[in-house]
Amino acid sequence: MKVTTGAVGLPGTSRQNKTGSWRINQRPHFLHIRCTACDLCALCCPEGCIYGNGRNTYYSDYEYCKGCGNCAAVCPVDDIEMEPEKGGLPEGVFVFYDEEEFRHMSTA
Amino acid sequence: MVRKMLEGSQAVAQAVALCRPAVICAYPITPQTHIVAELADMVASGELKSVYVNADSEHSAASVCLGASATGVRTFTSTSSQGLLLMGEVLFNIAGMRLPVVLSCVNRAVSAPLNIWNDQQDSLSLRDSGTIQLYAENNQEAADLIYLAYRVAEDHRVLLPAMVCLDGYILSHAWEAVEIPTPKEVDAFLPPYSPLYKLDPEEPRTFGMYANPEVYTEARYMLQRAMEEAVTAIQEASHNFELIFSRPMPGILEEYRTEDATTVILGMGSLVSVAKDVADELRGQGEKVGVVKLVSYRPFPKEMVYEALKGASDVLVLEKGISLGSAGPLLLDVRSVLHGPHQPRVRGFVCGLGGRDVTRQTIKAALAEKELVDARFLDLKADLELEGMGQANRDRQPALARGARRKRAPRKEGINSA
Amino acid sequence: MPKGTETAHLFASGHTACSGCGQSLGARLVMRAAGRNIIATDATGCLEVFSSLYPFSAWEVPWVHSLFENSAAVASGIEAALKYLGKLDQVRVIAQGGDGSTADIGFGALSGLWERGQDVLYVCYDNEAYMNTGVQRSGLTPYGATTSTTPSGKLSFGKAQQKKDLPMIAVAHGVRYVATASVAYPFDLDRKVKKALGIIGPKYIQAYVPCPLGWRHDSALTIQLAKLVVETGIYPLFEYEDGKLVGVRKIGKKKPVEEYLRPQGRFRHLFETEAGKTEIARIQALADANIERFGLIEKPKDLQKPQDIIEKPAEKAAPTLRGFTPKELSTFDGRQGRPAYIAYKGKVYDISASPLWRGGIHQDQHLAGRDLTAELAEAPHGEENLAGLPVMGELLP
Repeated sequence: MKVTTGAVGLPGTSRQNKTGSWRINQRPHFLHIRCTACDLCALCCPEGCIYGNGRNTYYSDYEYCKGCGNCAAVCPVDDIEMEPEKGGLPEGVFVFYDEEEFRHMSTA
Repeated sequence: MVRKMLEGSQAVAQAVALCRPAVICAYPITPQTHIVAELADMVASGELKSVYVNADSEHSAASVCLGASATGVRTFTSTSSQGLLLMGEVLFNIAGMRLPVVLSCVNRAVSAPLNIWNDQQDSLSLRDSGTIQLYAENNQEAADLIYLAYRVAEDHRVLLPAMVCLDGYILSHAWEAVEIPTPKEVDAFLPPYSPLYKLDPEEPRTFGMYANPEVYTEARYMLQRAMEEAVTAIQEASHNFELIFSRPMPGILEEYRTEDATTVILGMGSLVSVAKDVADELRGQGEKVGVVKLVSYRPFPKEMVYEALKGASDVLVLEKGISLGSAGPLLLDVRSVLHGPHQPRVRGFVCGLGGRDVTRQTIKAALAEKELVDARFLDLKADLELEGMGQANRDRQPALARGARRKRAPRKEGINSA
Repeated sequence: MPKGTETAHLFASGHTACSGCGQSLGARLVMRAAGRNIIATDATGCLEVFSSLYPFSAWEVPWVHSLFENSAAVASGIEAALKYLGKLDQVRVIAQGGDGSTADIGFGALSGLWERGQDVLYVCYDNEAYMNTGVQRSGLTPYGATTSTTPSGKLSFGKAQQKKDLPMIAVAHGVRYVATASVAYPFDLDRKVKKALGIIGPKYIQAYVPCPLGWRHDSALTIQLAKLVVETGIYPLFEYEDGKLVGVRKIGKKKPVEEYLRPQGRFRHLFETEAGKTEIARIQALADANIERFGLIEKPKDLQKPQDIIEKPAEKAAPTLRGFTPKELSTFDGRQGRPAYIAYKGKVYDISASPLWRGGIHQDQHLAGRDLTAELAEAPHGEENLAGLPVMGELLP
């Protein structure tokens, strides 16, 4: 990693951090039955990880979805359900520790 | 080049105007206000095409300069005393973000008690902030150091805020003959500001990020290295200045009659003029006295200070400040570099606080001091009673007994021995 | 990328906000509305911490965070620089901050920005406490809320002061456009941001953003709570332009404040004691005052104005009591269309309207036009039956 003068950062680099790794027990399931493409799920997602273009096309990018449940709560036609996590979470970014160094620091 | 009779604040204002800052933002405080009022006049008359912003506080004034500088333009602010302390937090921030904001500090005492007169406690107390500090001996230097400050601050090896310090009232409100260069001469010395990074929708950047322990140390290390580079940048710029303006520019320090001096007086700002007078007087009596004027306090030019002082046997540091609980800040810095094979005695004196005049008598009293002091307050008034201190106690200013070491018993073998 | 979503990700995914964070949503919606040609500032707080951990930045627009109390001042400097560069008509300046940095520590700098009349939109993300440092009360923490520095306990029911009315303070400064918004109404927030950016001069938007961690509610309730706070009247959504109220978001069906308070841990203490009910009532009164003040509920058209109700009793002045001799009373016997009066204990009552006195006779026994004091004493009912009957006068001896 490079430390720039004044620690000035580059835009949009947060995308390297796959926050989908945070999910514990639930994620949204888009039924694609009654969707009216109102766009509310995409608008109300704090992660901005819901995409869609037209009826029954909306989906959540599970790389970033934290499983908060707001999309399911906000859908006016109940076309999103929270389902149990199906596993296969992405790897989060371990910026801070070299794996070896981390083990070395551990007292376990 | 035009020679004018100018008040110190006018000299600074005219120098700033020649550097054409895009944004000027300040808050009034005595005794710097003349500078910013002068600049406001120039903007109002159309003579200076800056955007002039009246701040709601010094903290905001420095913040406005931060924002403008981050947007990629040249900025200026000016303050004193409490105002400098209030913008202290922002100066650390500006330095950390590597933005070349230039400001003038018209040195004034700090409260409490309240006092509007000159000393250097204000700027000295921000020596850790990462701001370059250049001290002017006279009005000519006050103006000249402005051009130097912009040039060095904006140097890509440096990219730090720079503060030109001039003694309140003694310089700011005194009239002296000052040479003011032409715009063409200034442009030859000072190129337009070309930022390394800036806030621009065409090329977005994120400023002022949050840094975990994993990277913070490196960021601060880079600041320290930038300060070291600044010594080189100041020297180069000073040589260039002398070529273009045909005038001396001791950007780092100036040595006055130190060639064979056994006693050297070191100081910053206008008191150096008095010290030079004392040196001349004593030289006339056959004493080998010289003066070192330190211009760049931060970065502290360790090697150059060492070289200038190593030949002396006795160094007296006179300063208008005190790091309460320790010694004078300048004394501490000077002592820290004198640990080579030549070890002059370095002693520290506090004078000129709250506008008390530093006279030849003041300096001679320092020269007459025998003890190895590091924060001897000169000119304390004997006829003032100090509550809580008996007469015997009040003049007790402890000296450091160097060389007196306690003898230690040899270590016993035990659990903690290697 | 689907149409209309180009700016939806100017605040990028991968930020480390809590799951369900209202502020991250607010920031994303503001950036979405504002577009690329902006420079944004931010104060110290959750938003800047979770969006700018070096080297990861969630900001696709130029952005600067300086200190806690100077977001408005830094924005002032950016505006001044853009003015110098002649770019102020192309590039907009948006200053951001949480409620603490806006209402408290940054209040002076904000006032300075407004007083100078600079062309900056200030967006305050109001999650009603200093969240990043562990939920301490701020000037915008609402009445009765528990925070770590206004905890509820035997001697306390939470914060004892109401929210500092920042929007009205903005109006008093002459801020050209002042609006409140809520992340539950994203289109409304979008419209307000766009409208603000089309106005030259200082603008202020205060956006209500729930905080699941700080308020202790389920992360899936972020949008719902942001809706309830509006539907109860606790957080009225309004717009002022150049000092005049130009718009309010009306409430369809008013919800009681309990519905909003109950799901949040920070208000739970209000439901645990009798004294808590008084506090809830106070909060309800505050909400009702907002509804009244901003006219948030439509009144039906045929509803009488309060003045009508006051006027009628004045018309209905009590008539002066008339004296009836027994002979005169006997003419009011209820026959042949005449009114039916009876006398009881000296007063004359009109019983014409009573269905039990058809034709002036009651129970085939008692006749109208007479003094029935003695007969009523023997009746299976008491004098309570006379209550409500118009009194026409007195029976003279």
